[in-house]
Amino acid sequence: MNTVGMDLGTQRVKVVVLKDGEIASRGQALSGFDPAKAAEQAVNEALKKANLKLSDVAYFVATGSAMDIAPYANSTVSMMGADAKAGVFLFPKARTIIDVGAEEARAVKCDEKGIMVDFVVNERCAAGAGVFIEAMARALEVKLEDMGPLALKAERASPINASCVIFGESDVVSLIHRQEPKPEIARAVFDAMADRISSMIHRLGVNPDVVLVGGVAKDEGFVASLNRKLGVNVMVPDYPDYAGALGAALTAATRAKETQK
Amino acid sequence: MKEPSTVKGLEYWRWQEYHRVMPNKKWTNKDIITAGVDVGSVGSKAAIMINGEAYSWGITRTGSNSPESAIKALDYALEGTGLKVGDLKYIVGTGYGRVNVPMANKAITEIACHAKGANYIWGPSVRTVLDVGGQDIKAIRIDETGRVVSFLMNDKCAAGTGRGMEVFADLLQIPIEEIGDISLKVEKEPEPVSCTCVAFAKTEAMGLLRKGWSREKVLAAYTRAMAVRMANLINRVGLERELVITGGQSKNKGIVTRIETILGVKTLPSPNWREANSLDPMVAGAFGAALFAKALYDKAQKA
Repeated sequence: MNTVGMDLGTQRVKVVVLKDGEIASRGQALSGFDPAKAAEQAVNEALKKANLKLSDVAYFVATGSAMDIAPYANSTVSMMGADAKAGVFLFPKARTIIDVGAEEARAVKCDEKGIMVDFVVNERCAAGAGVFIEAMARALEVKLEDMGPLALKAERASPINASCVIFGESDVVSLIHRQEPKPEIARAVFDAMADRISSMIHRLGVNPDVVLVGGVAKDEGFVASLNRKLGVNVMVPDYPDYAGALGAALTAATRAKETQK
Repeated sequence: MKEPSTVKGLEYWRWQEYHRVMPNKKWTNKDIITAGVDVGSVGSKAAIMINGEAYSWGITRTGSNSPESAIKALDYALEGTGLKVGDLKYIVGTGYGRVNVPMANKAITEIACHAKGANYIWGPSVRTVLDVGGQDIKAIRIDETGRVVSFLMNDKCAAGTGRGMEVFADLLQIPIEEIGDISLKVEKEPEPVSCTCVAFAKTEAMGLLRKGWSREKVLAAYTRAMAVRMANLINRVGLERELVITGGQSKNKGIVTRIETILGVKTLPSPNWREANSLDPMVAGAFGAALFAKALYDKAQKA
């Protein structure tokens, strides 16, 4: 049986195709102005890679901020629900799943079946999400993908006002004027973000094992800072940005079985 | 009013730096001349007082170096007065950069100074002061002497601060000194933007512009959201009349009018700083600091 999970995020749409409970392929597209169209593209790309047609798919589940306008979707699942499912599928001992995306960060507490027990979310403030790193990379005139490797070179972090993207930008500019080394500024950016995320998680409690997913999990600079702040080593799967889509595809598999009964 | 979009190469966020000497006021060597220097995150203000009465002031943009900004603001306040720094009997530094005011005899928090300054500008009936600065918002409860009773502060977030407004002025390409009036040019007040985070609100505003909203309407929706935030802060500290607004945004009519609507009370009218003999609520902190300087000087003389 084939199922598809679609995660319509604020920056990208991610798609995972499951064949009999195993990941068969992935696809993605930039959300742009028309996330529904982007989802179509990503689904077609992923199906093509898996040598499948639309009609071969038993069930589609959508998640992500634009899930309500997802094409093909038979139903939707909350982003927290999808995170929990994916986290336990990837790491069976996972009980806390942290998902840091472009514009939102959340942490989900779950049981051994991947059922969500509790969650916290930050969606009101850009300082705890991926756009914070993007804005600081722009201010530093460093490519986004170079921020992590740069930060890992630093022994210490520069002092910046990390509570707000807008204030952080001004601070980074004045640190550059003061000729503060760029690695130390980059590390300060990640430390600041890790600070915000970890204080959010502490409202939930840190239950090991801790898994980090979402696009920002690809950033080794952030992972290093988060490990230091949390005092645990978080586990990062391959393709962490596809966790939401994976969770949706797993949900689709369960729901497809239920409807078949 | 000039059409903003035709002004090329304009820095929309840039507000007017100016200095003023009150007409018809003279100083003599017998007078107690004191100064307050308020180094804010965005603007540096210095005020000079003769026997506790406002005499002159200067407002400049804070640069990357706080001590230099303090000196620049004080020099600006001294300009055209015939006074030199050495003539000042006592100087109090305040504001975000108060510890970096090199010529200050003492540093006092901006909360105490704004309270004192508001009492000086509007008189003893003031009980609640909303100070909207470049990098924070404070709601301060004061007594009839201008002493702080309690306060609440938001300093972790740019939403509603002067810095946040500058970002919007740039985004919408409207000079900062016009955004208040322009935000009021809507027939019907739109719903506030849903996200107060400046970074997210910027994205939301761009989406609204693409949807065909006018700049006035987008600005109204943003200003509304910021006013709601400020009104909430005032409600949390407890609103007691009279209410006044100090700081740079006291000049933003869009903010002031909306706060009045939301809270259902009128603020005491701000003096029109463009008039030659009017005080400027943006300088409230520096006035307060200069008054503290006078009190501290008097105390030192008695001792």
